[in-house]
Amino acid sequence: MLDDKYHVDRAVGTMQDNKITAKNVQVFYGETHAIKDVNVAISDKTVTAFIGPSGCGKSTFLRCLNRMNDTIDICRVTGDIHIDGEDIYDPRVDPVQLRAKVGMVFQKPNPFPKSIYDNVAYGPKIHGLAKTKSDLDEIVESSLSKAALWNEAKDRLHEAGTGMSGGQQQRLCIARAIATAPEVLLMDEPCSALDPIATAQVEELIDELRQSFSVVIVTHSMQQAARVSQKTAFFHLGNLVEFDDTDKIFTNPQDPRTESYISGRIG
Amino acid sequence: MTQDTADMAAPAQQGKSLLTQDARTRKRNAAETRFKAYGIAALGFSILFLAVLLFAIIRNGVPAFTQTFVTIEIALPADVLDKNGNRDIEDIKKVSTFGYNPLIEDALVAAVAGIETEVEDGDLKKMLSSSAGAAVRDAVIANPDLIGQTIAFELLASSRVDGYLKGRVTREDLARDKNLDAAHLDLVDALIETGGVARKFNWDFILGSDASESRPEQAGMGVAMLGSVFMMLVVLLLSLPIGVAASIYLEEFAPQNWITDLIEVNISNLAAVPSIVFGILGLAVFIQFAHLPQSAPLVGGLTLTLMTLPTIVISTRASLKAVPPSIRAAALGVGASEMQTVFHHVLPLAMPGILTGTIIGLAQALGETAPLLLIGMVGYIASNYPDGIASGFLDPNSAMPAQIFEWAKRADPAYYERAWGGIIILLVFLMTMNIIAIILRRRFERRW
Repeated sequence: MLDDKYHVDRAVGTMQDNKITAKNVQVFYGETHAIKDVNVAISDKTVTAFIGPSGCGKSTFLRCLNRMNDTIDICRVTGDIHIDGEDIYDPRVDPVQLRAKVGMVFQKPNPFPKSIYDNVAYGPKIHGLAKTKSDLDEIVESSLSKAALWNEAKDRLHEAGTGMSGGQQQRLCIARAIATAPEVLLMDEPCSALDPIATAQVEELIDELRQSFSVVIVTHSMQQAARVSQKTAFFHLGNLVEFDDTDKIFTNPQDPRTESYISGRIG
Repeated sequence: MTQDTADMAAPAQQGKSLLTQDARTRKRNAAETRFKAYGIAALGFSILFLAVLLFAIIRNGVPAFTQTFVTIEIALPADVLDKNGNRDIEDIKKVSTFGYNPLIEDALVAAVAGIETEVEDGDLKKMLSSSAGAAVRDAVIANPDLIGQTIAFELLASSRVDGYLKGRVTREDLARDKNLDAAHLDLVDALIETGGVARKFNWDFILGSDASESRPEQAGMGVAMLGSVFMMLVVLLLSLPIGVAASIYLEEFAPQNWITDLIEVNISNLAAVPSIVFGILGLAVFIQFAHLPQSAPLVGGLTLTLMTLPTIVISTRASLKAVPPSIRAAALGVGASEMQTVFHHVLPLAMPGILTGTIIGLAQALGETAPLLLIGMVGYIASNYPDGIASGFLDPNSAMPAQIFEWAKRADPAYYERAWGGIIILLVFLMTMNIIAIILRRRFERRW
């Protein structure tokens, strides 16, 4: 445990331009202590991967970052999570504004049962990002382009989003998430429901998104973490075991638990 | 347990031919065949009962839609109907129904002139409904220019004559009946030959109002139908918004604790409370406490709203629950507020289910009789249509099921036939509502 602290502190200390800092975060589901004292600093314009065995709390922690856990009645979060130096659990923070700033992509592609255009335009509409129809068209086009979907979608903008293939749907969800011009993009196992080709497309996309956003991705696949991320955090049984540069985690893990996980002995 | 049997069965399976069924498989297949047979038998029985029901309704109810009319030429002399001769409507109104009866008698005598009969001239009018005088008077008041002419009137035959044409009344029946004699029937037969008596479709059964016990031929469903329509408007306008709002709050916003659990249990229980309990509640609250008018569709609607709410709340909550949580997560994830999530995404997806529940609730309310009896929604409305929207809600009225109940209670078999006919109208209403529900569902249903 002391060891973890050391790594975490070191990581926090050397990090520059931290977008998100989390200190002593605890999450409880009723009586269950799901996240135990997690400290992490996520820097801007990088891809941070959360890895760990099922039920280790990585998704739970991810959902703390845009307060999606608020919707679960029995869930309780303590500790500090700051984005750009502002405490997101401050009573003055409206989760609606927070979620416009911290976009999210879910495990299963979940486009709205509306047209492709409406899927992307919904966020900008409710946040008042577009004053005119042409503004909105522009946002839709640029979001779909950023999500590498424009070429496939431009001729069927008014067809159902749910009629696309799984990989296209997930990219549509990414387009929807970036249409609100977020600063952080949270991705909860975005490729787990996709085939390898679609996965490769989404991974490529994540790498491009790094230019504009800070991306946090939860993944079960260590290869994926190694491929797309610059930083990796390893969670185990609700603890943040190790957080460091991705290269380091995969080549020279400091904690024996990390080592046994990435070498396939646990998890 | 299954694991054990599988393990034990495994060695025995080895070396056996697949081409012969073993005892276990035969038993299993036999059980499956039996179960299918039970299912088909059950289905057959329900179809049979449905067919019997429909057959009974149609056989008994369809005759109510036709009525026997007697066509006679009635002279309308000016010296009887308008003594002053200046066609003043007030003068014309002074001649009562009884003033018209001699004219009708004369016309009847003229109509049967060529036919040999032992019926006395004064008894001829027994062939006609006692509403005949009023019908002629109404026509004259509506159009005073008729005075002085001889006009062919199509007048309702009495219910006995009507029953004779429908096969309900025979000559033997009339032996002890002082309303009509067998000799009248001979006259009727002769008049049928000449076209003076005929059975025709009777719009007044659908559009007309109730009539007294002795004139079943005149009674209609129209006013009761309006009463039902006004009640359904009240039920729809109150129970849909209240029910849907309550369900949305309970399902999407309310904290999950023992209070909401208690509310949920009670709503489920309310849906199973006998309707007569709601009737006495409506009587106590709306009439005795709030002093709303008795027998008014407003009160009926309020009472039925109480009854319909649990149905709507339950079905709305079920359809809200059926909306995949991923849609809520997606909407919240792009920064929609909880209310935007519900109204932009969840509610449209739940709409078909909500509409179905609402229509089922309304259909239940439309057919409900017991609570209406308690709040007096069995008004005897023999002539007056509600005058305008406001009085439609507040004036005494009846409702279709209550009207059917009233008719079924009456002694004259002609009313029994009308009760069946009323049921056909009620069923047509229900079918219309179901068709509307299907159309609305189609419209709201997302095909993607």
